[in-house]
Amino acid sequence: MEQLVCIVCPRGCTMTLNDTPDGLSVTGNACPRGKAFAIAETTQPMRTLCTTAATAFPAAPVLPVRVRGEIPKDRIFDVMAAINAVTVDFPAARGDVILENVCGLGVDVIATSSLLSEEGERP
Amino acid sequence: MRERYDVTVIGGGPAGLAAAIAADAAGARVLLIEREARLGGILKQCIHDGFGLVRFKEKLSGPEYAERFIEQFRAAGIDAMTLTYVTAIEPLTDGGFCLTAVSRDGVTAIESKTLILATGCRERTAKQVAIHGTRPAGVYTAGTAQHLTNLRGVLPTKKCVILGSGDIGLIMARRLTLEGAEVLGVYEAKPTPSGLTRNLHQCLHDFNIPLYLSHTVTRVFGEDRLTAVEISQVDDAMRPIPGTESVVACDGLILSVGLIPENELAETLGVALDPRTKGPVCDGSLMTSCPGVFSCGNALHVNDLVDYVSESGEQAGRAAAAFCGAARDLAPIEIGKELLYLVPQQIDRNADNSAVTFYFRSRAPMGKSRLRLQCGDAVLFEKTYPFLRPPEMERLTVDLRDLPAGGALTAQLDSLEGGA
Ligand SMILES: Cc1cc2nc3c(=O)[nH]c(=O)nc-3n(C[C@H](O)[C@H](O)[C@H](O)COP(=O)(O)OP(=O)(O)OC[C@H]3O[C@@H](n4cnc5c(N)ncnc54)[C@H](O)[C@@H]3O)c2cc1C
Ligand code: SF4
Repeated sequence: MEQLVCIVCPRGCTMTLNDTPDGLSVTGNACPRGKAFAIAETTQPMRTLCTTAATAFPAAPVLPVRVRGEIPKDRIFDVMAAINAVTVDFPAARGDVILENVCGLGVDVIATSSLLSEEGERP
Repeated sequence: MRERYDVTVIGGGPAGLAAAIAADAAGARVLLIEREARLGGILKQCIHDGFGLVRFKEKLSGPEYAERFIEQFRAAGIDAMTLTYVTAIEPLTDGGFCLTAVSRDGVTAIESKTLILATGCRERTAKQVAIHGTRPAGVYTAGTAQHLTNLRGVLPTKKCVILGSGDIGLIMARRLTLEGAEVLGVYEAKPTPSGLTRNLHQCLHDFNIPLYLSHTVTRVFGEDRLTAVEISQVDDAMRPIPGTESVVACDGLILSVGLIPENELAETLGVALDPRTKGPVCDGSLMTSCPGVFSCGNALHVNDLVDYVSESGEQAGRAAAAFCGAARDLAPIEIGKELLYLVPQQIDRNADNSAVTFYFRSRAPMGKSRLRLQCGDAVLFEKTYPFLRPPEMERLTVDLRDLPAGGALTAQLDSLEGGA
């Protein structure tokens, strides 16, 4: 028996996991996403990653970015290193790809702000 | 001739944006005033994800969430003044307000029938926690550390200790670790963590950052730059226990010791504040004690979910657009001691109370419990919760159309655990 807190939504359900002959039994989750999370945690834990990338624009030296999909938890620092090696030198808009297929994980790194493309056209 | 608006929103964070959009949609002439260069408020620096789950069913980062509203705001063609401070607000004799706004273009006087205060909150600083010793560089609030790291691209510390287990501190523990800093531990004076459970897991456990409950920082060392902090265990009354001191070498101390609603402008208007929330006392339409002045977002009470911040903004926006100065018959709600706070704090018996949205927190973690709203002896509403945790605010909408005449309004939480 093992306790696990679901991090999928802010509710943060505390779940109880049990190995049964029919596979993993999960209780305490308020919705099915909790069970999917519990299964992933016990096989291949996945996480999103949000960080910043350096830019070539002095007015906005860093641009917020994130991975478009989840990445394995144990590759977080590899992906950080790859992002920290990039300098964004074009006026990226929100959703633009900053780094394709990061570390060969099949996931792109995208801009999460239109900060650079909007410099100069403020309200 | 001065500009005259129906609704002026002060603050361009998620609360202010939602308020302006809702007031505009309701047909009002709206102005939004923001002191910073860019709209979006604190979300500009909250680059982590987890925003918008309730509203968009998506895990967005702060900037993504804010920009969705900024785009809607611009598409609606709502007037905005950025890099503009409101320095004074005065009530006009014929109703409405006159604002003095200072920007690079000089001083402007603006008239507005109603005001929405969406000024967010500020962080408690070292001055508000008792720490002895010098005042070296290297002591930051979590929000300042977040600003430096996420907007300026400057890592404020290489090796640090975090005081306080609030969400911003937890988020920063992860963020600084990701950027290569060493986070030695998060120290919390209370016996229970203040942040959301999910943040304890995804920010601390995932990165093996220890959390020390019932511990606090009692002293800082260093002349120009911080060199170490002294940690002590604390007793039930949060007093340091002599003999438990230990010294931890570090170049950074990050304070995540709480947020306080920002209500300087509200105070100049004489708006009554609730000592529990530190925000204005409001009715079901989020109107403050001052007719025509509304409050929303973190200025009203410190929220943990931006989705509810936007919701309260929309509520205030709609109400301000509909404001006509009708007389109110205000009934305060007396709350029981198990409740940390309840918003709104009063009900206008003359208003349409068919869907009043309440926000509350319990004072301490509770198991199965029941919230009950009464008018005299009549139970108006009750709801049972499997558990309640103070860091996780609860929200509910109640139909209060048929309020019995007379009789005091009360709200209370009862534990349904154990022998009860
Ligand atoms: C570090 C941190 C992490 C968070 N993490 C999450 C999370 O993971 N998920 C989630 O859902 N929520 C999260 N939140 C909560 C959410 O971001 C906030 O509750 C929300 O941003 C509050 O919105 P607001 O509009 O009330 O205030 P703010 O965003 O603070 O906006 C207030 C605005 O008012 C302006 N202003 C203030 N005074 C004046 C004045 N006198 N004149 C002109 N302008 C003024 C300020 O410049 C600011 O732009 C987090 C909050 C913080 C601080
Ligand atoms: S189980 Fe469902 S409701 Fe509970 S935390 Fe996970 S996603 Fe949220």
